[in-house]
Amino acid sequence: MNNQKLSPFLKGMLLLGLLFLYIPIVSLIVYSFNDSKLVTVWGGFSTKWYASLFQNEQIISAVELSVQIALASATAAVTLGTIAGFVLARFKRFPGSSLFAGMMTAPMVMPEVITGLSMLLLFISMQQLIGVPAERGFFTIWVGHTTLCMAYVSVVVRSRLLEIDQSLEDAAMDLGARPLKIFFVITLPLVAQAIASGFLLSVTLSLDDLVMTAFLSGPGSTTLPQVIFSKVRLGLNPEINALASITVLVVGVLVIVANYLMLNSQRKRERALAAAMRESSAS
Amino acid sequence: MNIQRLFKRLKPGRGAVISIPYFWLLLFFLVPFFIVLKISFAEQDLAIPPFTSLMNLEEGGLLHLTLNLGNFDFILSDDFYAKTYLSSLQTALFTTLMCLLLGYPIAYAIARTDPARRNVLLMLVMLPFWTSFLLRVYAWMGLLNENGLINSFLLGIGLIDEPLQLFHNDFSLYLVMVYAYLPFMILPLFSHLVKMDGRLLEAASDLGAGPIKAFFTITLPLSKNGIIAGSMMVFIPAVGEFVIPELVGGPDTLMIGKVLWNEFFDNNNWPMAAAVATVMVLLLIVPIAFLHRFETRQLEGKGNE
Repeated sequence: MNNQKLSPFLKGMLLLGLLFLYIPIVSLIVYSFNDSKLVTVWGGFSTKWYASLFQNEQIISAVELSVQIALASATAAVTLGTIAGFVLARFKRFPGSSLFAGMMTAPMVMPEVITGLSMLLLFISMQQLIGVPAERGFFTIWVGHTTLCMAYVSVVVRSRLLEIDQSLEDAAMDLGARPLKIFFVITLPLVAQAIASGFLLSVTLSLDDLVMTAFLSGPGSTTLPQVIFSKVRLGLNPEINALASITVLVVGVLVIVANYLMLNSQRKRERALAAAMRESSAS
Repeated sequence: MNIQRLFKRLKPGRGAVISIPYFWLLLFFLVPFFIVLKISFAEQDLAIPPFTSLMNLEEGGLLHLTLNLGNFDFILSDDFYAKTYLSSLQTALFTTLMCLLLGYPIAYAIARTDPARRNVLLMLVMLPFWTSFLLRVYAWMGLLNENGLINSFLLGIGLIDEPLQLFHNDFSLYLVMVYAYLPFMILPLFSHLVKMDGRLLEAASDLGAGPIKAFFTITLPLSKNGIIAGSMMVFIPAVGEFVIPELVGGPDTLMIGKVLWNEFFDNNNWPMAAAVATVMVLLLIVPIAFLHRFETRQLEGKGNE
C-alpha cells in the first residue's frame, strides 16, 4: 500500500489504540515505585518493593524453574517446529498431510483448559499403562509447552520458506549437493531469522503460560505464572507490580534490539542484492 | 519445481523427516482428545486417579464395559451448562466484534504509514503481546478497582461523586477480553492490508468514488481474508478463556473455561471436566476446521505464485 496522508479519523484511532494498549502498562510501572502497600493509593516514591521482590525466595525459585522450562521447551519447539514448517512448505502433499497441517494449526487456538486437561489425562493413562512419566513436573510441563510453541515456530518458518526463492535450493541440487546438505547449507541459513524469532516467541509463550502448566505441574514444580496467579487472585500486590515492571523492561529492550538487528540485516541484504545486480548488468 | 521431484524420489528419508513432528503431534495432541472422550464416560471415584475405569476383566474371562452417560445427561438436562456455553459463545462473539471494530482502523492506519514509521508502529502494537498476558490482565485490576486509577481520576476532576462499579462485572470482563485479544486481530489484518495495491484506491478516486465508497467496494472485500483469520484467532481461544473471567469477571460471570477449571481443581471431578471439554471441542471443531481450511488455501495460493 502506498503512503498517503492519514485522515484525522485514522490518526485518532491509532492514537487511541496505542493509549488503550499502554495506559495499563504505564500505570503498572508507576505504582511499582509506590511506597504505600495499598497499590493504588500514592504514598511517595520508593524502591522497597524491588528489594523485597529479590528477597522473595518463592518467586526467585519459580523464576529459575520457569526459565529452565522455557529454554528447554523453546529448544525442542524450534527443532520440531522448523522440521514441521519445512515439511509443510516444501513437501506439500503427502499421505496424511491435511491431518498434519490441522494438528499444527489447532494448538495455537484451542483453549488451553482443553489442551491442558487432555494432555494431563494422557500422562495419567501412560503412567497406568507403562509407568512413565512417574510424576507430574518438569517433563510433563516441557512436553506441553513444546507442543504449544512448535505450532507457532512452524507458522513462522513455513511462511518464511514460502517467501524465499526455491531456485537456490534447485541450483544446489543441480550442482550435485545431497538433500541433507542442501538443507543445512542453503535452507537453514535462509530461515535463520525466522528460527530466531520463533525461539524468542517460544521463550515468552512458555514463560507466560499459566493454564496448561496448572494441569501439568506437580506439587514440587511451581512456575512463575502460577506464583503470580495465586498472589494476584487475592488482590493487588506491590511486589507483583515490581515484577511486572522488570518484565516489561526486559521484554521491551529485547524486542527493540531484535527488531533493530533484523531491520539492519534486511537493509544489508537489500544493498548486497542491489550491488550484485549492478555488477552483473555492468559485465 | 525441481526440488519437489527430488524429495519425491527420496521416499525413505522423506518419511523419516515427516514422522518426527507427526508422531509428536499424534501422541501429544490428537490421542489425548480420545482419552478425554473415554474418561468423560467414567465416574468420579475416591481413588488415584479419581475416576473409575471403563473396562473390568471379571472372573471367568468376562470383560465388563461400563459407560457412564450421566455426565452428558447432566450437561444436557441442567440448564446451568446450556447457559454457560451460550454466554461463553456470546462473550467470545462480542470480543471478536469489538476487536474487529477497534483493530481494523489501527491495522489500516499502520499499513498506510510510510515504511520507515510503519515498522516502529507495528513494534509498538506488538510489544504488549510479548509481555506477559497474566501481568497485563493484572494491570487492569489496578485501574478498575473501586479506588483505582480511573475512579480516582474521575472523582478528582469532579465528574462523579462516588466511585463507579467498574470491576468484577460484565464491563470489566469485556474490556479486558478486548484488551488481551486485540493484537491477535491487528496482526492478521495488517499483513493483509499492507499487501493491498494502493493504486486501486487512486483509480477508484480518479473514477469518482468517494473515500467511503472506495473503502466498502475495494478495501473491505480485499481484506476479507484478514478479517476471517483475525476473527478466528480471537473467537476460538476466547470461548474457553479462564484467566480473565477468574480475575476480573463478576461473581455471576458464566464462562465455560472457568466451569471446567472448577470441576477439575475444586470438585476433583475429572470425568465431568472431561465431559465439559468434549462438548466444548464439539462446539469449536467447526470454527477450527474453517480456520484451518482457510489458512491452507491462503498459504498454498501464496506458494504457487
